[in-house]
Amino acid sequence: MLIAVSWRNIWRNRVRSLVVITAITLGIMAGIFSTAFMRGMMEQRMDTAIRTEISNLRVQDSLFRKTSELRYFIPGGTGLAGRLDTLPHVAGCSPRIVVQAMISSAESGTGVTLTGVMPQEERRVTDVAEKLIEGEYLTGVRRNPVLISKKLADKLDIHLRSRVVITLQDLHKDLTAAAFRVVGIYRTTNTSWDETHVFVRYDDLRRLTSLPPEAAHVLAIRTDDDRFTPELQERIRSLAPGLEVLTWKEISPELTYISAAMDQYMYLFIAIILLALLFGIINTMLMVILERRKEIGMLLAIGMSRTRIYLMIILETVMLTMAGGVSGVLFGTLLAKHFEHHYIDLSMFGKGLEQLGYNTLVHTHIDLAMLINVTLMVMLTGILAALYPAWKAIRYDPAEALRTE
Amino acid sequence: MNIIEIRDLVKIYESEEIRVTAVDHIDLAFEKGEFTAVVGPSGSGKTTFLNLVGGLDRPSSGRVIIDGVDLWSLRPREIIDFRLHNIGFVFQAYNLLPVLTALENVEFIMHLQGRPKEERQRRATELLRAVGLGDRLHSRPSRLSGGQQQRVAVARALASRPKFILADEPTANLDSHATENLLNIMERLNREEGTTFIFSTHDARVVKKARRVITLEDGKVIADQRK
Repeated sequence: MLIAVSWRNIWRNRVRSLVVITAITLGIMAGIFSTAFMRGMMEQRMDTAIRTEISNLRVQDSLFRKTSELRYFIPGGTGLAGRLDTLPHVAGCSPRIVVQAMISSAESGTGVTLTGVMPQEERRVTDVAEKLIEGEYLTGVRRNPVLISKKLADKLDIHLRSRVVITLQDLHKDLTAAAFRVVGIYRTTNTSWDETHVFVRYDDLRRLTSLPPEAAHVLAIRTDDDRFTPELQERIRSLAPGLEVLTWKEISPELTYISAAMDQYMYLFIAIILLALLFGIINTMLMVILERRKEIGMLLAIGMSRTRIYLMIILETVMLTMAGGVSGVLFGTLLAKHFEHHYIDLSMFGKGLEQLGYNTLVHTHIDLAMLINVTLMVMLTGILAALYPAWKAIRYDPAEALRTE
Repeated sequence: MNIIEIRDLVKIYESEEIRVTAVDHIDLAFEKGEFTAVVGPSGSGKTTFLNLVGGLDRPSSGRVIIDGVDLWSLRPREIIDFRLHNIGFVFQAYNLLPVLTALENVEFIMHLQGRPKEERQRRATELLRAVGLGDRLHSRPSRLSGGQQQRVAVARALASRPKFILADEPTANLDSHATENLLNIMERLNREEGTTFIFSTHDARVVKKARRVITLEDGKVIADQRK
């Protein structure tokens, strides 16, 4: 009965309650949508990092990771890649030769990370092939095709079919160079990465670097589901003793840190919204108990305990807050769900975001844990907002309160 | 048998500039089944007297003994609980909960007492029928006239099965027809069920119905007449 009384009390002043509920709804809706937006952006960034740049797992010589020196290759790397490719949950395993090189056009030159890949295997691991805006993926010419990004093409002032010269140190530390023809131009959402990554065929680069047959610096592995990555890491460690097997989180820990930090910022953001709402609700409830002073005096007179009156005010405040909170969560979820399937176009801020590796077409991502946490935060706000007004209410003296006009 | 004993009851209101003795050394006793009016001019201490007897206001000195219990020796929490189970209140301004129907208003006090729902509903319906509101059970106070609201308040006061009912100027806001109606109901409840009523009033019609009239002036009892 106390619940019914509290609920009906909320609607005694409909306009005032609706104003409070609307304020809470808008606040929570904005909080949820912003969180879903930021989370969506982060997830897209991580997804891009895994699919385009890092892959789920990497096998390499630990000294290669530290020094990037050519001599720290995996002997028989392509054979090992073939064996790892057959493991369960492995969607693809691509052996790569990775060299620091200089790429030059007639106009200009720049340092890049040159990766020699087997096109068929690499396609199953990364999606660079899907990011082509011109040409083909390392096919079309018999010798020395090269794939560069649009950003680098612009920088070197070259086009599709242009010739470039790639200069590098071979295994014997001799300087060597070869001419390559641009067969494809790609563009990912991370322009900083694009500018420094150039792809050639494995065989072409192996010949140029004088590495032995089957040598590879990195075996990049894509899993069919990232949840299996840690399990596969253990399995591969036992199959490739002496080699370093790292997950994408270990290779690029900043991605997970940024994601975790972003979550914390978003909760902080919602907490600030709720803090602002908290004072509004306290103010409303203080007005409510002042207006109902006589009634509270009557309740005390007829024998309603102060504990029950306290509980009634708490219930009333929590229900008022939760009415706004629940509708805020509902509308925030609907809005976020809508943008899960419809991109938000941030291309007007495109350059800055792409430099940081973020996609300018963002879709939101919402998860149940966040909704539960926000709902609990709203409930807590309701309880906190009720404490002072409820305390004021139970301090009324019944005889005095009954004299209120 | 005395149901209420009042011994040397004093209430003094003090502020920096003023000291008012609202109740001045009152000794009285009330028996079960009394139908008593406390009368006197404005400021004579009627409401303060009822508040002290009802445990709403703490006396400056003296004792209020209800059915052998010294009311003001109880702790504040126990006094609230004592009121819930022993004293019924009817207020001048009715003071019903506007969000509850007539039936729910009467039920509410039994809910506070922890009575089961079936019992609450049965008794609330019986009481509302007894005060002539059997056809307005589900009306909210805003849909009832002043007289009807006051009858709901009487039913609410009776619902907790109190030892006595304190009514502070119950007819002050009612027209003559509603006053007559309410007084007849209360008198019937008093005669038929032995409910003890103590009113404070200015109303000559209430005084006429009362079987005992206590007159206060400046916080003192200046007359105590039984008819």
